[in-house]
Amino acid sequence: MVQFPRWQLILVLAVLAIGLVFAAPNLLKRETAEALPGWIPSQQVNLGLDLQGGSYLLLEVDLDFVYREQLDNLVDGIRGELRKAALGYTNLGVEGSAATFDLRDSGDASSLDRARQIVRDLAGDLLIEVSETGRFRISFSPQARDERGRNVVEQSIEIVRRRIDETGTREPSIQRQGDERILVQLPGVGDPERIKKLLGQTAKLTFRFVHETAIPGADRVPPGSEELPSEERDGAGGSRSYIVKKRVMVSGENLTDAAATFQDNQPVVRFTFDTLGSKRFCDASRQNVGKLFAIVLDRKVISAPVLREAICGGTGIISGQFTVQETQDLALLLRAGALPAPLTILEERSVGPGLGADSIAAGKIASLLGLVLVIIFMAAIYGLFGAMANVALLVNLVLILAALSGLQATLTLPGIAGIVLTIGMAVDANVLVFERIREETRNGRGPVTAIDAGYRRAMTTIIDSNLTTLIAALLLLVFGTGPVRGFAITLSLGLITSMFTAIMLTRLLIVTWLRRKRPQTLAI
Amino acid sequence: MALIQRIPLNPKVDFLGRRKICLVFSGCLIAVSLALFAIQGLNLGVDFRGGILIEVETKEPADLSALRRRLGGLGLGQVTLQEFGAANDILINVERQDGDEKQQIKAIEAVKAELGGLVAEYRRVEFVGPKVGGELKQAGLIATVLALLGIGLYIWFRFEWQFAAAALTALIHDVVSTIGFFALTQIEFNLATLAAVLTIAGYSINDTVVIFDRVRETLRKYKKLPMLELLNLALNATLSRTVLTSVTTLIALVCLFLFGGQVIRGFSAGLIWGIVIGTYSSIGLAVPLLSFMNLRGMTGGEEASDPSEAAGESA
Repeated sequence: MVQFPRWQLILVLAVLAIGLVFAAPNLLKRETAEALPGWIPSQQVNLGLDLQGGSYLLLEVDLDFVYREQLDNLVDGIRGELRKAALGYTNLGVEGSAATFDLRDSGDASSLDRARQIVRDLAGDLLIEVSETGRFRISFSPQARDERGRNVVEQSIEIVRRRIDETGTREPSIQRQGDERILVQLPGVGDPERIKKLLGQTAKLTFRFVHETAIPGADRVPPGSEELPSEERDGAGGSRSYIVKKRVMVSGENLTDAAATFQDNQPVVRFTFDTLGSKRFCDASRQNVGKLFAIVLDRKVISAPVLREAICGGTGIISGQFTVQETQDLALLLRAGALPAPLTILEERSVGPGLGADSIAAGKIASLLGLVLVIIFMAAIYGLFGAMANVALLVNLVLILAALSGLQATLTLPGIAGIVLTIGMAVDANVLVFERIREETRNGRGPVTAIDAGYRRAMTTIIDSNLTTLIAALLLLVFGTGPVRGFAITLSLGLITSMFTAIMLTRLLIVTWLRRKRPQTLAI
Repeated sequence: MALIQRIPLNPKVDFLGRRKICLVFSGCLIAVSLALFAIQGLNLGVDFRGGILIEVETKEPADLSALRRRLGGLGLGQVTLQEFGAANDILINVERQDGDEKQQIKAIEAVKAELGGLVAEYRRVEFVGPKVGGELKQAGLIATVLALLGIGLYIWFRFEWQFAAAALTALIHDVVSTIGFFALTQIEFNLATLAAVLTIAGYSINDTVVIFDRVRETLRKYKKLPMLELLNLALNATLSRTVLTSVTTLIALVCLFLFGGQVIRGFSAGLIWGIVIGTYSSIGLAVPLLSFMNLRGMTGGEEASDPSEAAGESA
């Protein structure tokens, strides 16, 4: 242990050099570090949202909604095709995760075959069961469902990204998490209410006709139509509703642009159709002059103006009871596109810039003070040997910083706590060795043998004790979430670097000192 | 001159003579902790119970009772307010709303709308929906159990079963009494405090392993020494290390507690308690437990002791 082979010396120096190079960019200002040439490590420690301020939103895509919608569309398709083929049916609807109906002519084999063929042609991957009484049960295969789910989540991520980009948020991170979740991280956004509101709407826009004769509230809603509430107030102060046809004239997918603007001093949204949308709207409006059409957003009628003439210019205006902010948000939503399914916010963690800055300052004070006190304590207790342990402690911190920067791990507030804890525990390995050396010296050994025996005997203990803590830290890293991981990362790194510095660096210092001074006794 | 030379090199504290007191004390500690946990329970943070936590900095020192009335009138169930470190810094806890995540989001909006112009900055908003809360609870439990198991397996692998049993008992003692500490102080128990508990487990086992290593070594060296004397010898030989490491760790943690900011104060408090109790349990519980087991039976023929080392040590 008192021999220090050349390779060990090179290893220690190399680790030190690499550590310094990777830790150094943290001393620079961020802009300066980013301007460094590419071959120089220029990464700084990645601060977590709790330190730099920002929002963390965990969203879930409502896949049940998607599956339900998929089934509803299937039912509509079946209805249409069966009617077209003039096949009688009853009880068409959704039952659990399947579409079902009873075929009237269930005794007729050719009707059964035709119906079966019609249903099979509707979509790929359908599972069709027919009972002896002519009851059809049609469901999507698990693969078809999963694929639809995957697509919807991917589309949702894209739309979420577009919406957030439109708000001008810098460096958002939008990732898929698990099967149906989206993790949104917004550095610098301390109060994400606007973004939450933007993500909370699917923003499905449709233009449809209002039913000519049915009166909302009084008449039964005719088939093919539905009653939708509106923003407008009726005479009694309640909200007015409309009976609107289900058939969509043009939808939001056919918009190319939307912008907030004013008309007669009222905030409105001006939109532009693409060619297809423009043509459809033109045709439909020409044939229906004088009728009411409804602009529907997320199952709510925004406005229902009268078509006074054919509208063929490819642009239009949505007016309603809007504030300026609302028209801006609506325009943004229309530009970014509709979400294929509603999103639910499962978890939110936002930290304002003030608290983040306070936490960094507090963390700095706590770790510096802890460091200084531990250094004084070690020097007072062990004298020269304490000083060597202190060098190791400082190098230890440099190495943690270097590892955090190099691995681009995220430093969080609990992470700082992990570093402070490491400062206290890092000297343990040295203390173990020093105590052994002391004991050996007391037993009458000379400096060289005492140091040799001290290291040899302390080694297993150091490894045992650090490994047990490392097990706990690594499990935290694997199973922990958010703040806990930040803590586990610095704690694990600290354990590894402190083992290295105690076993290699302090030993190098002591051995060098031993060779130079050749002391007759050890002052330990 | 280094201070250490003035510290007696060869302490002769009769730890094992007090083992009955220690065992009774540890027994009581566990009983009280379990009782506190059962009766008072933990003050679970939003991470585990779900709900909403909002920390706001108000423009002027806040009138807590007026605010309490206003927020209480929103129909959001139990809303608690407290000052958080400063007069214009308040912490608002809103209980978990009935219904799904949408109701929780609405509650945040309602509170923010009610606070309106009073607010200088929203320092922190934490909202955990019922779904994620349940998952976090489960993940936390799994992490704790696995960490304890992992540590136990390692100890079992490195030591004989008697040592492993004693170490694990001490470990569970520390974890239980730390939970008791959180139940008693009603410091918020959240993900970070759970991490603290697991760190305590790591530290405590670290301490125990160091002492057990020495016990094992002493066992091989002195074949004839009565067991209690032998354990005392091992404890005294490692005493200065035990004290020194605890002191440096406590120095760092006290700094963290005093200056690390409000957000992690509870976390630091838990760690400080854990370091103290972990150090105690290694000496006062783990080693005394060893004294009740037949250690000689298993190490006797396992490894020959080095006579020269034993001779050098016999002074």
